[in-house]
Amino acid sequence: MADSRATPQAQEQDAIFRGTGGGELSLKDKASVQGTPARLLPAFALGEELADLADRDPRIVVLTADLASANRTRDFKLRHPDRFFDFGIAEKNMITAAAGMASAGHVPYAATFAAFSAILGAEQIRTDCAYPRMPVRVIGHHSGMSMGFYGTSHHALEDLGMLRTIAELTIVCAADANHLRAILRASVDHPGAMYIRLGRGRDPEVYPEVPRDFRIGQATTLRDGKDLTIITNGTMVRATLDAAVALAGEGTSVRVIDMHTLKPLDAAAIRRAASETGAILTVEEHNITGGLGSAVAEVLVSGDRVPFQRHGVPDEFVPVGPPAALYAHYRLDAAGIAAVARELAAGAKSGRERKRVS
Amino acid sequence: MSADLAARGRNVTADFLADRAKFVRLETLRLTRICGAGHYSSTFSAAELFAALYYAHLRLNPAEPKWPDRDRFILSKGHAAIGLYPILADLGYFDPKLLDSYTRLGSPFGDHPDMKKIPGIDFSSGSLGHGLSIGLGMALAARVQKRPYRVYCMLGDGELAEGQIWEAAMAAGHFRLQGLVGIVDRNQLCIDGPTEEIMRVEPLADRFRSFGWDVQRIDGHDFTAILGALDGLKQAGDGRPQMIIADTIKGRGVARMELSLDWHVGNLVGQDYDDAFAEIEAGLKPSKVKEPVHG
Repeated sequence: MADSRATPQAQEQDAIFRGTGGGELSLKDKASVQGTPARLLPAFALGEELADLADRDPRIVVLTADLASANRTRDFKLRHPDRFFDFGIAEKNMITAAAGMASAGHVPYAATFAAFSAILGAEQIRTDCAYPRMPVRVIGHHSGMSMGFYGTSHHALEDLGMLRTIAELTIVCAADANHLRAILRASVDHPGAMYIRLGRGRDPEVYPEVPRDFRIGQATTLRDGKDLTIITNGTMVRATLDAAVALAGEGTSVRVIDMHTLKPLDAAAIRRAASETGAILTVEEHNITGGLGSAVAEVLVSGDRVPFQRHGVPDEFVPVGPPAALYAHYRLDAAGIAAVARELAAGAKSGRERKRVS
Repeated sequence: MSADLAARGRNVTADFLADRAKFVRLETLRLTRICGAGHYSSTFSAAELFAALYYAHLRLNPAEPKWPDRDRFILSKGHAAIGLYPILADLGYFDPKLLDSYTRLGSPFGDHPDMKKIPGIDFSSGSLGHGLSIGLGMALAARVQKRPYRVYCMLGDGELAEGQIWEAAMAAGHFRLQGLVGIVDRNQLCIDGPTEEIMRVEPLADRFRSFGWDVQRIDGHDFTAILGALDGLKQAGDGRPQMIIADTIKGRGVARMELSLDWHVGNLVGQDYDDAFAEIEAGLKPSKVKEPVHG
């Protein structure tokens, strides 16, 4: 942990990097810290959930690249030391070796920072995992700009755009720890390769319990509304829900869809939302190019025109700053998302009124 | 299962193996003519290694290509697949007639091998530098599952410039994966010139030893040496992964191709094809190219 002289932000970053801050809490017993509406889950459920799954499934192995603490795969190592492999700082080797293990019957989960698992390992994911249909689960944690002032080398604001162009690769984004558990459970027998994108492991709660109705490829409507739909996923779901609550207080009714599976995309849910709510906003912690907003646009372009806007990180490298400051800077916190949605909803409303007049 | 293929160290004669290496070269000529561009010389350098591995050494069961205890073979230098396909057909993995579709639209057989489409291919390859990591993963799986198979990975010398090879080499030494066997087809040339001019790989044995490997260095066209090295692989000991550096000649078997930069990818037509065919048919003669200088 950071020493006492460190600023609160520095302590925060230290905890983000090390995966500490939750101490040695067992997530199963103490799933959240009570007292706030958006309860903080203290750390990754990753290692614990995989260890639970591995108790029942001998195929599961876990690999990491010198980040067993940061991603809590050490929780798996403690329970299944013979099925845990630390590759050191060699991500390409880790991902390709995972493919080799998969070819021999294993279901490997290979986890490291998204900047390195997805961006550095993109070719290994395509050539060794997706193309041969190996059931490798590449996990990219600390995605987006959640590494804050570690800077662009440690950010992954391009991972979804890059990986979305790989055929047969399934891409799922976890919103919180309970969601991650559901994703991991569904992933074990899922055919082919997967990329699972996580936040920094201390993400505010979205799902108060492990969602039982979770299906890969089937979007989850978290809140219904009639004036506008916000389609989001992963680390942006909590802030989007909070924005929807604020907008409801102003009389704007917002549907919120967790489009957790970016590929294959639930196009039906997008088309339904367009026809039923008349306007679509996408919100993503990703470069505005190529990610969720682009994927939704690809669906909407072939249907009836509705007001549509993509909200995310503009096509630029982000400045140095703590994560919370970066989210505020890019209007990707609840207040910022509400402001963007308010503008779109107002435009959509006046458009509808103009239509009625004419 | 055909018992003869399920055991290592099978009793075959050097003449038989030489005939199978000749078969590899002739099939490479034939198949290349279908598509008009083939990796002749990278395949010719590996012909004796292919023959020794598949006809004398690897534990296989062509009737059950996914037999869990089979030895694995990864052709990390995937561009030599044109020499491997005929062997798999010859061993009964698939109908040899299928090879006539080589590289034609929808064929299982492209320039690089595809595990989804070809029985007997243990992993797809083509992107150089990946194969040793694949083998590492397979060897780790053998350890977890307590299976007796070995993993053999054939590497090109040019691809040793890829950093991932050394990530895998370091990890194999670290994990003490004795069941992982690397074979470098040290044919001295990459595409742009001799490896030692383009990107130096020597002293190769020292480099692998320093990464924790047991290393043998042999003449990769001499069956006695190849079989000696394969038979000499350790079953137990200090756990070091095992590397065989096979000194070979790129293009071996067709004089005009030997250590020539012009035949990495090529197409023989007309009289040239017939001449090369006849030269291979006549059998390997002592090479006229100079012995490589290593170090």
